[in-house]
Amino acid sequence: MSLPGPWLGGSPAAPLIPPISPHRHLLLGGQRGHVAALDWQTKSLLCEINVMETVTDITWLHTETMFAVAQRRWLYVYDNQGVELNCLKRFNGVLRMEFLPYHFLLATASETGFLQYLDISVGKEVATICTRGGRLGVMGQNPANAIVHLGHSNGTVTLWSPNVKEPLVRMLCHQGGVRAVAVDSSGTYMATSGLDRKLRVYDLRAYQPLQSLVLPVGAGHLSFSQRGLLAAACGDVVQLWGRGAGKGGTLILWDPYLSHTLPRAAHSLRFCPFEDVLGVGHGSGFTSLLVPGAGQANFDALENNPFRSQKQRQEWEVKALLEKIPSELITLDPGQLGRVDAITMEQKHQERVERLGFDPQAKPAFQPRRKLKGRSSAGSLLRRKKKVANEEQRTKIRKSLEQQQAPEREPKAAPRAQRPALDRFKK
Amino acid sequence: MRVKVLSRNPDDYIRETKQDLQRVPRNYDPALHPFEVPREYMRALNATKLERVFAKPFLASLDGHRDGVNCMAKHPQSLSTVLSGACDGEVKIWNLTKRECIRTLQAHEGFVRGICTRFCGTSFFTVGDDKTVKHWKMDGPGYGGEEEPLHTILGKTVYTGIDHHWKEPVFATCGHQVDIWDEQRTSPICSLTWGVDSISSVKFNPVETYLLGSCASDRNIVLYDMRQSTPLKKVILDMRTNTLCWNPMEAFIFTSANEDHNLYTFDMRFLESPVMIHIDHVSAVLDVDYSPTGKEFVSASFDKSIRIFPVDKGRSREVYHTKRMQHVITVKWTYDNKYILCGSDEMNIRLWKANASEKLGVLVPRERAAMNYNQKLKEKFQHHPQIKRIARHRHLPKAIYSQAKELRIMREARRRKELNRRKHSKPGSSPFVSEKKKHIVAVVK
Repeated sequence: MSLPGPWLGGSPAAPLIPPISPHRHLLLGGQRGHVAALDWQTKSLLCEINVMETVTDITWLHTETMFAVAQRRWLYVYDNQGVELNCLKRFNGVLRMEFLPYHFLLATASETGFLQYLDISVGKEVATICTRGGRLGVMGQNPANAIVHLGHSNGTVTLWSPNVKEPLVRMLCHQGGVRAVAVDSSGTYMATSGLDRKLRVYDLRAYQPLQSLVLPVGAGHLSFSQRGLLAAACGDVVQLWGRGAGKGGTLILWDPYLSHTLPRAAHSLRFCPFEDVLGVGHGSGFTSLLVPGAGQANFDALENNPFRSQKQRQEWEVKALLEKIPSELITLDPGQLGRVDAITMEQKHQERVERLGFDPQAKPAFQPRRKLKGRSSAGSLLRRKKKVANEEQRTKIRKSLEQQQAPEREPKAAPRAQRPALDRFKK
Repeated sequence: MRVKVLSRNPDDYIRETKQDLQRVPRNYDPALHPFEVPREYMRALNATKLERVFAKPFLASLDGHRDGVNCMAKHPQSLSTVLSGACDGEVKIWNLTKRECIRTLQAHEGFVRGICTRFCGTSFFTVGDDKTVKHWKMDGPGYGGEEEPLHTILGKTVYTGIDHHWKEPVFATCGHQVDIWDEQRTSPICSLTWGVDSISSVKFNPVETYLLGSCASDRNIVLYDMRQSTPLKKVILDMRTNTLCWNPMEAFIFTSANEDHNLYTFDMRFLESPVMIHIDHVSAVLDVDYSPTGKEFVSASFDKSIRIFPVDKGRSREVYHTKRMQHVITVKWTYDNKYILCGSDEMNIRLWKANASEKLGVLVPRERAAMNYNQKLKEKFQHHPQIKRIARHRHLPKAIYSQAKELRIMREARRRKELNRRKHSKPGSSPFVSEKKKHIVAVVK
C-alpha cells in the first residue's frame, strides 16, 4: 500500500521514520516539520501537525498517547492529539532517539556527542554521558538488554549503559564510518553497514563477526523483524534477507529474499510488530511492503496486545509502571541479578572468619569414639583416623575427576514428562 | 498470485459484547518476555513493600479483668473461646468472635496460678494461691444458678501450675513437687521430686502423652515419664527457666523460656546442647507457646513485647508491641494458626494476627493466586540486600531499641576480649566453646 504524495502536502520534503508502536499506530514525520499519527489498520487519523521546525527524529513513547519529536533545537513531547506536553531544553541538538520500553527511558544521541537518558515516567534526566565520539548520527538498541549501540565515523560501534561513563564495549566494525546499526530482538545478532559498502553480521554474545556481504550501494538503514529477517535500504532499493529453516537458522546473506524499488531514496524503515509488513519512508511519502514471514504470529496479550481496548491499555500502563526496571539494573547480561555473587560471598566469609576467629562452616576434625575392651589403643585410634582421612581424600579425587570428565559425556535428554514446559521454545 | 501473509480477523481477538470477558491470548515463549529477572525483582520489591504497608497485626483488646492477667487456656474444641485467670482470683471466659466476656467466676482468693482445660472441652481446672485445685464445668450455670466448682481439692502447699493430660483423665500440678492426679481421686496417684526447690510450671507432651516436663527454681528443667515413679533426666542451665512448651508436631522437641532473655529449644534425647538458642528479647522471657504447625512459636517477655520465632532460626521474624501493653505475662497461639493472644499485667488481653499482613476472611481465587505469587516472589528474592532490608525492618519502642543496642555492644566486647585472649596465649590453651554449650551447666540422668 502506498500513500500518494499530495497527501503529504506535495512537498519534496524527505519524510522520516515510521516508528510503529506495539499497538499498530504509525507515526510519520517529515523533515520540514510535518508530523502525523494514525492508526495504521483502520486508517483513522489521530493527529496531523506541523511543528514549524526541522524534525530530526520521532518516536512513540510507552503508549500511543504520547510521542517525542527531536526538533532542530530542543526535544518536544506531544500528545496524540498534537498538543505539546513538554519542551525539554536540556536535550538540544538531538539527532537520534531510542525508547527503552521496560525502563521507561528515552535515550537520545546529539550532534555534540552527548548521550542522554530521560526517564519519562518521572520526567527526570537519568544520565548524561559525553561520549567523545563526535556527531552521533547512528544509533541502535538491543531489545534484550536495553543497551544502546552508537556508530561512529571511525568505523567503531560502542555499547553504552546509563550507569557507566565509558562505553561497555568498543567494536571495530568497518573501515570507514558506520552508516547503520540494528540488533535483532533476541539480542544475539547485530547487523552493521558502513561507508565501505559492506554489510556485516556479528554475534553479540562473543562479539565476533559471523558474515559479511559487499553491496553495490551501501545500506543506509537496517532493521530486524520480530522473526529475524533483515531489511536494508540501499538508496532507493529495499532488500530483505531471510533465515535458514528450523529454530536458530542463520541469515542467508548470499541469497536475498525480497527486493523492492522505491520511487525515491529511502530515509527509514521499520517492521510492523506482529504483522508481515515493512514500513518504508522515502522521498515521495510512505510505503508499506508485504513481507511474508516477518511478524510474530502469536502475541502474548499480557505483554503487547495490538487489539487492546482503552481499559486494557490503562491497566497495562499501571502495571508496567509498577514493574518499571530502574536504570541501575541495565547491564550487558540482564539475568545477572538471578545469579549468586560468588565473589562477594567469599569476601563476606573471609571477613566473618576474621571477626569470629574461627571458621564457622569448617567441618570439625574427626574424633574417633572411645571404645572399650582394649579397642581404644593408640594404634587403633590412629588407624581409624587414617581410614576416615583416606576416604575423604578419595571422594575429593573422585569429584575432581568427574568434573573433568563431565563436559565430555553427552548430555542425556530428560524424558518428556520431566522436561520443563518452556523447553519447546528453546532453540 | 497467492501470497501467504499474516492476516488476523479482529473478531477473533476482540470480545463480542460488553458482558463478555476480554480475550487474552497467551504465548509463553521466553523470547517474547525479555528482562524476566529484573521484572520479577521489581515485583518482589513491590510485594515486600506492600507487605510492610499492610502489616497491621493488632485486632482487638479484651477488656474486663480488674487485675493483671496471670494465665490463659485455649478451648480444645472451640476456636472462639479462651479462658483467662487474673491476679485477683477471677477467671473469665471470652468469646473471640464477639470480643466480649461471656462468663466470669471468682475462682480463688489470691492469684489464679494456673488454668488448663480438659481434652474433651467440657470442663477446666484452676489452681490458686489458696492451695486449692478446683474443677469447673465449661458451660455456665443456668439462670439464677450460682457459680460452683464441680470438685475442689484442698492441698497442703501452694500450687504454682497445672496441666492436663492430652488423652487420659489425669492431670499434673506443680508447686513443692510435681503431683500426678486422677480426676476421681482427692490425693495424687504419684509425687515426683528431684531437688529441693519449688517448681514453677509443668507441661504434658501432646504427642508422647506420658511424658512431662517441668521447670524448677534451681535453674533446671526436669523430664518425667508418667509410667515410672522417678524422674527421667534433668538439664541445669545457668539461669532459671520460667516455662516450657512442647512442640505439637515433633514429639521430642520442647522450647523453654529463660530468665537470661533467651529461649532454648531442646531435643529431649540429647540435652547436652540445645538444638537452637533464640536470642532477641531484651528482658526475661515469661511465656512461650507453639503454633499448631510446629514450625514457629511465640514468646512473651517482661520487655513489653511479644516475638514470633521460627523453630530453626535464632532470630525472631516478627515483634509486636503497643504503647499500652505493659509486661506480657502469658501468650497463646490459637489452634487455627491465625491468631495470637497475649495477656499482660495491665489487665488486658490482646488479640493479634499471626501473619501481620494477612488478609482475613474469604479470599477470591484471583486474590489468593496473586497473594501466592507475591509470596513466592518474596521467597525467591529474599536474600537480595534491598529486599532483605525492607522485609526485616521493624519499628521498636525506644526502650527495647536502646537496650538491644547496649546488649549488642556488650556481646561484641566480650567476644573481642575472648578473641584477643586466645590470640595472645598458647595455641590450644583456650578451646572454642560453642555458644550453645555455654549456657548449659550439666545434664543429670
